[in-house]
Amino acid sequence: MDTMRKRFASVVSGLLDEDPRLAVVLAEIGTDGFRRAAERHPDRVVNVGIREQLLVGAGGGLALAGMRPVLHTFASFLVERPFEQLKLDFGHQGTGGVLVSAGGSYDWPAGGFTHMAPGDVALLDTLDGWTVHVPGHPDEAETLLRRACAGGPGGADGSGEGGDRVYVRLSAQTNAHPRPVTGEGFLTVRRGGPGAPVVVAVGPLLDAVLAAVRDLDATVLYATTVRPFDAAALRAATAGPGAPEVVLVEPYLAGTSTAAAAEALADIPHRILGLGTARAELRRYGTAAEHLAAHGLDPHSLRERITAFTARAAV
Amino acid sequence: MTIATPPHASGPAPGSEPPPSSGFDSLPALMSLMTGDEKHDAAATSTLDALWVLYDRVLRVRPDRPGDPGRDRFLLSKGHGPMAYYAVLAARGFLPADWLPGFGSYDSPLGHHPDRTLVPGAEIGSGSLGHGLPLAVGTALGLRARKLTGPRVWVLVGDAELDEGSNHEAIDFAGAAGLDRLHTLVIDNSSASHPLPDGIASRFTAAGWSALTVDGRDHEALYAAYTRPHPGRPHAVVARVEPKHA
Repeated sequence: MDTMRKRFASVVSGLLDEDPRLAVVLAEIGTDGFRRAAERHPDRVVNVGIREQLLVGAGGGLALAGMRPVLHTFASFLVERPFEQLKLDFGHQGTGGVLVSAGGSYDWPAGGFTHMAPGDVALLDTLDGWTVHVPGHPDEAETLLRRACAGGPGGADGSGEGGDRVYVRLSAQTNAHPRPVTGEGFLTVRRGGPGAPVVVAVGPLLDAVLAAVRDLDATVLYATTVRPFDAAALRAATAGPGAPEVVLVEPYLAGTSTAAAAEALADIPHRILGLGTARAELRRYGTAAEHLAAHGLDPHSLRERITAFTARAAV
Repeated sequence: MTIATPPHASGPAPGSEPPPSSGFDSLPALMSLMTGDEKHDAAATSTLDALWVLYDRVLRVRPDRPGDPGRDRFLLSKGHGPMAYYAVLAARGFLPADWLPGFGSYDSPLGHHPDRTLVPGAEIGSGSLGHGLPLAVGTALGLRARKLTGPRVWVLVGDAELDEGSNHEAIDFAGAAGLDRLHTLVIDNSSASHPLPDGIASRFTAAGWSALTVDGRDHEALYAAYTRPHPGRPHAVVARVEPKHA
């Protein structure tokens, strides 16, 4: 079966053949997918072992040397564990790179909380200049990865100055069909009537959102690039009579994008409901479907929570 | 894959003459511009001799070619107490001496920890310990990937800085990968609360590095240690200076 991670390995392996400035850094996780690429490009596919601080620090050094580094491991070990390295070894140095994570918030529920990273996007929100992509389909992942890898290390002398910093959050969860995403802004996939609530569905949760609102009057925006947050699209979608009602449905910590949405609508009265994974640990194993239901992110739960939110406004 | 170490070449890169620079004797006066003190204790200058010999006789870096892909890279990981570093950069013409009196002020590019985006000649911003060595490993990997076999990478760390686990990730990987363009200069002023029982050099040799321990005030000994061949291995020089808490 095609997965985002398999697509990542095949697409970036191909890009390594084309772009001599591209380098992949791994920390044991994901090495199988890059075995052939490592044989072809031993200096540009580097496995540092189980050393995540070095994964990020070495990536930062590659950028300083004028390379475009692509770093990959589980989200918890890419963003949470070496967070200060992300802050200093890229941001403070003024360099760029591509982080590609796997595992997301609940891709491996039987693995438990040690392998879940519901806070990754919220953490990156504390830093400046990170673009965040959350694809909902392997085809979308390919488009977004190609765009991320093409970003230069920056600087006329290849010093890495000012290069793009991009986070691509891959997931085992996907929608049934890809959408024509570009790496910029939100797509309008369903247009409700004037004043209808606007639901922003992020990445793999689009199908669940569309099922939840199938017979409701609602606009649905599809977000695979969540940072920068497409404030213009949200404002345009909410234009109309009455105070805008916005529901954010994100496959990571609930409320992660609430501040960004509030900022987009700061000058008008509005209401926002932020849905996503709960802050409290479930301390359950099982399946992704069970975790989605526990977090209230299955179609039935979403429908109940969205209608309750809009009904309150009608009172 | 390893790259054979070419014969050591010291001094500036070939080409036109570099801008004029001042000598070692100018450094105390330059440091006084930052501190206001006539004399500096050993702790404030623990890096001074080691830095000077590196910049004066080993590193191929020039202030008029800051972005030269073929330049050597010096990464100051131990970013605190950077007065000696700024003084050396000023003496070598990377920054004007009249920046020094503003040290640490709002309008100065010279902070108590250096910022590479503000300080000409600074390859990294540092201050938080344990970042320079991993960045140096990545820089060495990047230069190798770009087929730039000439430039050498040097990183300066403190003995107590080696407490940070990130250094050990970098030391072990660099040894295993045979990154022979990589050099670590450890300034050992015995400031670690829990020193390594077998010493610092043995920590590096255990990971497959070449390593030497020398008197950090002896310029000829430093130069000899800096330039000792180390084919197929990264190289560490432990420069011992007066204990911080003597």
